[in-house]
Amino acid sequence: MTALIDVQNLTLKFRTDEGLITAVDNVSFSLNKGEVMGLVGESGSGKSVTAKALMHLNARNAVYSPESRITLHTDTGPVDVLSLKTHRELNIVRGGAVSMIFQEPMASFAPAITIGKQMVEQLQLHGDYSREQAKRWSIEMLDRVGISDASKRFDQYAFELSGGMRQRAMIAMALSTQPKLLIADEPTTALDVTIQAQVIDLMKDLVAEFQMGIVFITHDLGVVAQTADKVNVMYLGRMIEEGPVRDVIRNSKHPYTQGLLAALPKLDDLDSPLTPVPGDIPSPLERPSGCVFHTRCSKMVGDVCKTADPKDRLIDATHKVACHIYDEVPA
Amino acid sequence: MSDVLIRAKGLSVGFPIGGGLFNKQILKAVDNVSLDIEKGSFFGLVGESGSGKTTLGRALLKAAPITAGGAHYSDGEVDYDLENITNDQLKDYRKRAQLIFQDPYAALSPRMTVRDIIAEPLEVMRLTKSRAETDARVREIAAKCRLNLEHLRRFPHAFSGGQRQRISIARALVSAPKFIVADESVAALDVSIQADVLNLLKQIQSDMGLTFLFISHDLSVVAHTCDHVAVMYLGRLVETAPTRKLFAAPRHPYTKALFSAIPSLDPDDRGSAQKLTGEIPSPTNQPPGCKFHTRCPFAIDHCKQVEPKLETDGTGHDVSCHRWRELMAPQAA
Repeated sequence: MTALIDVQNLTLKFRTDEGLITAVDNVSFSLNKGEVMGLVGESGSGKSVTAKALMHLNARNAVYSPESRITLHTDTGPVDVLSLKTHRELNIVRGGAVSMIFQEPMASFAPAITIGKQMVEQLQLHGDYSREQAKRWSIEMLDRVGISDASKRFDQYAFELSGGMRQRAMIAMALSTQPKLLIADEPTTALDVTIQAQVIDLMKDLVAEFQMGIVFITHDLGVVAQTADKVNVMYLGRMIEEGPVRDVIRNSKHPYTQGLLAALPKLDDLDSPLTPVPGDIPSPLERPSGCVFHTRCSKMVGDVCKTADPKDRLIDATHKVACHIYDEVPA
Repeated sequence: MSDVLIRAKGLSVGFPIGGGLFNKQILKAVDNVSLDIEKGSFFGLVGESGSGKTTLGRALLKAAPITAGGAHYSDGEVDYDLENITNDQLKDYRKRAQLIFQDPYAALSPRMTVRDIIAEPLEVMRLTKSRAETDARVREIAAKCRLNLEHLRRFPHAFSGGQRQRISIARALVSAPKFIVADESVAALDVSIQADVLNLLKQIQSDMGLTFLFISHDLSVVAHTCDHVAVMYLGRLVETAPTRKLFAAPRHPYTKALFSAIPSLDPDDRGSAQKLTGEIPSPTNQPPGCKFHTRCPFAIDHCKQVEPKLETDGTGHDVSCHRWRELMAPQAA
């Protein structure tokens, strides 16, 4: 398998009136072709910021550390994403080789331009299409994602489509440039469960067909279990656990991952009480020292949790965790 | 038979839409819904967006117009018919029935301190006589919702989602209501916090003897918190039952489809679910017969023509489907 994208030591801070705020702290991962990576975490964990960094799409006040490296492997060779500057250079990671699907399809389509016009515009921007070719290909993509009457939908506006339909159109648009990497930021969160199931099925089919890599951002572990090959769990900008989906869900090692799983209401056991992860997520302005999770952790091993940042430990060849509980385990 | 706090009978809510003077169209958001909410219960209302669950909740708070049928509120002290309630009665009803909103980021005024936010209902409804009394009441409710005195002086922006939702809950509780509508009150929260707020709601309910109408699209949350569940589709009630009965043996094909659409936590259990095709039809253009027949895998011609009635089986498990007995049969055998 060939690596598609390789992230090394990504550290990202935002410059604000209250000083530098750490959003992502020394995160490394890589993704292969045809692989689906689930990026899990609660609000403020830095998952969306990490994903946006892959497209160099963060706001102007973002400061990347000098060690941060994001390498995208394209057909024409590796691209150092963070060194891209001009619009022309950035086109490759913004809609060219990398596409993104957002959470709110209503907010992502321009309301006063037809769906078709928006699809054609981006195709002509990224590829060598005539208007007629672009239209034909767009309608084919709309049809491919299961939109009935695609040629009619092509001339409609976003508000004329239902929520599920809009998200399908969004997916069609993101895939029409045939990206190598698709970033899906909570693509099913705003949808009803029955529609969510349809969209998940669609995305699975599309991975198989197009052999692209997907970074699937979600807070829903059920959705991750249904879609991902591997899972990365983030908390306050740190990657705290990473591994194949079966290992992370069935044999989670980090107290936070375990807590998340325990907090989920389960349908097959209505008698067990719901166990929340105690406490609230700290404000990014008051980042805890040592292990970022220690303020809410019920399994602290001692003062070391409050003072020292835990190192990544390998549980086995592919399952990694950053927690002091496993300090004795030889790395 | 235990006491019923709210009894809806043939309740309908319609909104006039478009059309001219002579061809006014009515959008029926809630259509002929009858249900009993027992005193002290945690009543769940589930359905997809567009099913009318929020509108029904608002109608029961007299915050949406009741166009047909009605609802009767009776808490032992007062009796109100919500469809023709007087202004004076409505003022009193506002103290007794309160709403907790979905989004704790939008529901709290950024310019008011937490103390003022919680105290506002008391001041507006003139429930307290002095500032000291208001303060005492605010502190008592804040403590119940696990907010401390330090929090009361601050503004909402200083709080996380879970804390904000606890402030919204305190505000809803301060007028000592009997009936609370919680509309998707945990949907905007992270999983790790969601369980905490649910536990808080349950505890408050048992401490203060409240009755909750809990509106949610998340079946697993409803399964864990509610004693009774009603499922809505396109403004109709399609199934209602005590929670355990419903989850052990759902009868309506729509309820079954909702259950199977919940993503399983087991990575090896992929795609085994019975998937529902299509989407909920627009309420302005409702199908004839059973409203669900356009998506139902078991629909026959009869379903397309005749609308099923809600059948009561005497055990509190009601369903409106022509074929439920047939469809349940193989499982019973």
